[in-house]
Amino acid sequence: MLNLCKHFELMENELLESKFQARIDADEKIEPRDWMPDAYRKHLIRQISQHAHSEVVGMQPEGNWITRAPSLRAKMILMAKIQDEGGHGLYLYSAAETMGITRDELIQQLHNGKAKYSSIFNYPVVTWADIGAVGWLVDGAAIVNQVSLQRTSYGPYSRAMIRICKEESFHQRQGYEIMAHMALGTPEQKEMAQDALNRWWWPSLMMFGPHDSDSPNSGNAFKWKIKSESNDELRQKFIDKTVQQAEIIGLSVPDPDLKWNEARGHYDFGKINWEEFQNVINGNGPCNKQRLEHHVRYHEEGAWVREAANAYAEKKKKNSVVAA
Amino acid sequence: MSNAKDNQGTLWEVFIQSKSGLPYKHAGSLHASDKELAIQAARDTYTRRNEGTSIWVVPAECIVASNPNDQEELFDPMNDKVYRHPTFYVMPEGAKHI
Repeated sequence: MLNLCKHFELMENELLESKFQARIDADEKIEPRDWMPDAYRKHLIRQISQHAHSEVVGMQPEGNWITRAPSLRAKMILMAKIQDEGGHGLYLYSAAETMGITRDELIQQLHNGKAKYSSIFNYPVVTWADIGAVGWLVDGAAIVNQVSLQRTSYGPYSRAMIRICKEESFHQRQGYEIMAHMALGTPEQKEMAQDALNRWWWPSLMMFGPHDSDSPNSGNAFKWKIKSESNDELRQKFIDKTVQQAEIIGLSVPDPDLKWNEARGHYDFGKINWEEFQNVINGNGPCNKQRLEHHVRYHEEGAWVREAANAYAEKKKKNSVVAA
Repeated sequence: MSNAKDNQGTLWEVFIQSKSGLPYKHAGSLHASDKELAIQAARDTYTRRNEGTSIWVVPAECIVASNPNDQEELFDPMNDKVYRHPTFYVMPEGAKHI
């Protein structure tokens, strides 16, 4: 009897799964209350939460420069950008929560290391030119990825991406403007800009993740249309459009193997140091410890604010019951 | 939707009217402990670029939604009621402004 039940359950699951896949194949979006395979849910919670954490942790290196911004204009812009990043984190946390995980669980997973954030934020932002390079290259790379994700199959994630892409292009342009100013400034300023490009170029390329041949999770991601373009395709897109932007402001991309390949219609580029990538992911980057400790500390120090706000809401609720 | 450890406040759904005369549209959701903070957070989170002139926030638990499994039952019966559309009707040749 038990076996028969199990058998029917399996059959039903298979039926649901084939219906689900048919909807995906027909380019229908999946919404929170729709049936979805557990693995789809898991994959998306992992991906969206990593994305959300990246937005929030990414506020740290930039926040460090608010008091050091070289002009009032630069300071206002930087604050607006950082506020956007916080907003982007919130859109994405909300999208992840529609899959049945709570905000507290998401934050806990960040704090206990179960969830990751983009390893790019484990590099230090040491000069003002680095703020330019982060906007131009890091946000630039993120945009290439996010533009592609606007078509992702999960409705809430897709809607968050559309919103984020609209806001993100100012981020890249402000970064490039900083780089252009410095590259066309004094020799020292130009040197600073070149130095920032030298340090941020390769980590930016790593943001797209391992080569397709070494990317274990991508099979399902394509089948379920969570992703529509591979890591290598997106990386190539980023390189192809960024090289010209470097040239026009007189900076050189730190890759001796970089050259235009007429036959492919793309730039060829040198080998990426994946050992460094793994090392940073595994917690040994220059700032891993600092970034996480900062997040834990402010989350804990802010606990009383959340408690007070909740207590105040409770009190008001009680008072309104008494009044009625 | 809240567990014992969760102290992030109530979940609210945010609806924004981009200008007067247009319908309110779902913009996203957020956490806040009460309605005043929810409006404040909605303004900061969803209208940083003049996206709206008016905001509604609704506790997510107050929204009643149809079940995706009932989709066929609820919506398919409308498929064969083509006479609800103006194109169903045959107009006499030459009739104008109808």
